Amino acid sequence: MAVVETRGLEKQFGDVKAVNGINLTIGEGEFLVLLGPSGCGKTTTMRMIAGLEKPTRGEIYIAGRKVNDLPPRARKVAMVFQSYALYPHMTVYNNIAFPLKAEKRSKDDIRRKVEWAAGMFNIGHLLERKPRQLSGGERQRVALARAVVREPDVFLLDEPLSNLDAKLRALARDELKQYQRQLGVTTLYVTHDQVEAMGMGDRVAVISGGQVRQLGTPQELYRTPADTFVATFLGSPPMNLVEKDTCILGFHPEHILPAEVHSHAHDPLHLAFRVTRVEYLGSERFLYGVVDSVGDPTRIVSAIPSLVTLNIEAGNTYDFVVDRQDLSFFDKTTKQRIAPVAFDHDPARIGE
Amino acid sequence: MDTTLISHTEEAYRPSWRDNSRILAVLMLIPAAVYVILLVGVPFVMAILFAFSDVTVGDPALDRFTTDTFQRVLNDPNFQRALSNNFLFTIVSQAAVLVLANILAAALTRNFRGKWLVRFFILLPWATPIAIGTIGWLWMLDSVYSPIDWTFRNLGLLKQVGVMGQVGILKNSTNMYWLGEPGLAMFSVILVQIWRMLPMSTVIVMAGLTSISPDIRDAVQVDGVGWWREWREVTLPLLRPILMVALLFGIIFTFTDMTVVYVLTRGGPPPNTTQVLASWAYIKGIQSGNLSEGAATVLFMLPVLLGVALVMLRIARRSEVS
Repeated sequence: MAVVETRGLEKQFGDVKAVNGINLTIGEGEFLVLLGPSGCGKTTTMRMIAGLEKPTRGEIYIAGRKVNDLPPRARKVAMVFQSYALYPHMTVYNNIAFPLKAEKRSKDDIRRKVEWAAGMFNIGHLLERKPRQLSGGERQRVALARAVVREPDVFLLDEPLSNLDAKLRALARDELKQYQRQLGVTTLYVTHDQVEAMGMGDRVAVISGGQVRQLGTPQELYRTPADTFVATFLGSPPMNLVEKDTCILGFHPEHILPAEVHSHAHDPLHLAFRVTRVEYLGSERFLYGVVDSVGDPTRIVSAIPSLVTLNIEAGNTYDFVVDRQDLSFFDKTTKQRIAPVAFDHDPARIGE
Repeated sequence: MDTTLISHTEEAYRPSWRDNSRILAVLMLIPAAVYVILLVGVPFVMAILFAFSDVTVGDPALDRFTTDTFQRVLNDPNFQRALSNNFLFTIVSQAAVLVLANILAAALTRNFRGKWLVRFFILLPWATPIAIGTIGWLWMLDSVYSPIDWTFRNLGLLKQVGVMGQVGILKNSTNMYWLGEPGLAMFSVILVQIWRMLPMSTVIVMAGLTSISPDIRDAVQVDGVGWWREWREVTLPLLRPILMVALLFGIIFTFTDMTVVYVLTRGGPPPNTTQVLASWAYIKGIQSGNLSEGAATVLFMLPVLLGVALVMLRIARRSEVS
């Protein structure tokens, strides 16, 4: 177990700055997620920590030791790749044993450790198989077992769940998180899937353009996004943004509800919501439409839980309410979060 | 009503022989079949018939069948020499090619300045007709004007022309006589065989190397094994199928080749030190006119080529299945 720290980490590929000054500290035993769209520099950051890529500038510390010039094997890190990168010609046993063999351990020792790791991921019965004889989920477990077996200081997981089908992914997410708690190993997890990030991370760093846009607990990121990028990257569907004068108002789809069911709002802001389409998704209803009583007319989404059985039809305008304390405010030019701005909506437009 | 409708559609489209996949299949296979039958099948059958007969250029009538020809061929020391040379040249050159191709391919898949140019030069021999390339080597290995000898002389490894009392380190002479001495002649033949097979093998191995996923390479790095273990336990096993292909091609080309020997040494220096099956069969069967002995000689390539062909088919099938 170890603290991982990066200071002013930069990586330049030709003319492109893939990583542009990333400062992160991953606490001991912490599960930190790097979340961002593809090409944002999150994988490059991880590869630099693993030692697979040399930083152009900046330092990396693992357990207090500067590791910039150390090869991957000397950093005591283990990595799980998106493709799992199992050795196709080796049995599961040999795949898991491979990193141990490099450490020149005794045969008995290796066997004991492989069986321990295999037992942990319930793949003890697969040890004699080759990777191609395994399902996606089984391969992923083998990759995890191979990472665990050396008892590394740091786990680096590069989208390890993205090759699993949706059903398996939810299960694997839960399991992975449990293993990590059990082992208590400092973990860096890279993903572009905000559900994974929110569900698993102790803290999440949202990355864009090679920089950390915001670092915080999933709740912090969701409740108080630092800028409009974070606001629109999290949540499904993401936060609605409505421009008004010099600022941008943000509210999550589940925070805009029909006035009839949102009567407990402390400080209600009424909005005229012209519904253009209704989507039934079982557990909730998504209403797509336009609000034009606040700021510029803007397309937004409202997510209504299935508990609300109110009849809402496309083509009609309804009185919807957002609690003012659920609003986020962003500066129109810098896109950064700002303090709440007092305003009144256009009462003239509402009764239309 | 119905009948008019049917006749109308029939008029609109009348299927012709061009829509018949059976006829098309036969038509399209005919060129290949004719090629194989005329240029492979017929000569092959004739070689077998000739080998079991006593035909010569002077008496080409297939009227007597005998196994005497084989007896005579087998008892000929020149044939025995050619047969063992065939194996020696093939095994030594292909072993060297495998090692060198691996090293070259590993180097050429790295990034460095001028990589394109180096690749181009290394692949060039493959684009050269063998006969022309070998003539180039013939000049390089010339008994008097060899530039290799010139280099050796200037390095003090050979005696300088006209300098008295000097002793050459490699040889106490002004020239190596590459193609004039039995050992050196065999070495030269093997060298040229390596030179000509290396480019193709390198390309094949390079293709194999680039097909190994970068993730696997990264995993090896993170797993912390050294380069020797990486090569032996990961790279080599993953390359094995494609190395097999390179090796089989190399065996076929080298085992059946007569150009290199014919151009460099004509089988010499006497007595037939560098003769191989193909050149010996040519000298016996065509130049001396003993068709039956030539055919019998050539048939000794068959078991090896058959074996190679079978392994090839197995590899092809396996890659089709998986």
